[in-house]
Amino acid sequence: MTIPTAIEVNCATGEVTERPLTAEEIAQRDADAAAYEAQKAQEEAEAQAKATAKASARAKLAALGLTEDEIAAL
Amino acid sequence: MANTYIQIGSTVTIGSGGSSTIDFTSIPNTYTDLILVMSGRLTTSGYDGTPWVVGAISLNGTVIASGKLLFGTGSASGSDNNAQAAFISDTDATANTFSSMSMYLPNYQSSNNKSISLDVVTENNGTASLLGLQAILSTVTSAITSITLTSNGSGAFAQYTTAALYGIKNS
Repeated sequence: MTIPTAIEVNCATGEVTERPLTAEEIAQRDADAAAYEAQKAQEEAEAQAKATAKASARAKLAALGLTEDEIAAL
Repeated sequence: MANTYIQIGSTVTIGSGGSSTIDFTSIPNTYTDLILVMSGRLTTSGYDGTPWVVGAISLNGTVIASGKLLFGTGSASGSDNNAQAAFISDTDATANTFSSMSMYLPNYQSSNNKSISLDVVTENNGTASLLGLQAILSTVTSAITSITLTSNGSGAFAQYTTAALYGIKNS
C-alpha cells in the first residue's frame, strides 16, 4: 500500500519538502472523512424521513376526501 | 495588482505520485490578509458519485469549525452546513479537468476567531458542474502561521494540482 504523503512549503525559506504522513495524521484524516460521510448520511436520512412523512400525510388527507388543490392550499 | 499582493513561499505543483496534504508553514506576520489559490483535482471518487468532493482546511493544525455553503450545479442550487470545505474535482469529473478555488483569510494575525470566504468552480465537460461560495469560521484565536489543505478520505491531490499563497498589506 502506498503511504500518503504531505507536501510542505516553508514560507520563511521557500523550501518545498515532501514527507510521508504520520500514523496520527492518517488516522485524523480518515476520522474527518468518516465524520463527514456520517453527517451527510444522517442529513439524507432525515430528509428522506421528512419526505416519507409528508407523502403519508398527503395520502391521509386525500383519503379524507380533500382534493389535491385543497391539500396544496394547506 | 497592487504591489502589496505578494507571493509567500513557493508555488506547490503536485508530482506524479500525488499528495494527500498541502501544508504552508512558517507564514510570516508581515501582511494584513492572506489569499490561497488552488487549481486542483483528486485521485479518487467522492462517496456520492458527484464530480466533486470536499476536503478539509486547517489553520494552525485545527480543522475549521463550521462553514455555510451556497452552491449551484447548473440544474439545481442549494445550501449546506459543512465543517469541511474546498469542493474539488474528483475522478467522476471529466479526465484532466481541475477545479479553481480561492480562499481569502482577512486579518490573519487577529486574536479573535477567523472568518474565511471561499469561492470555487469545478470544471467538468458533463451535465453537472458546480460553483460555490462558502463562509467559514475558524475558532483559532492566535495568529495564523500555517494553512493545511487535506484531501478527502483515501484520495490524494492529483498530479498537476497547484497551490500558492499570497500576502496582502493594507498599506
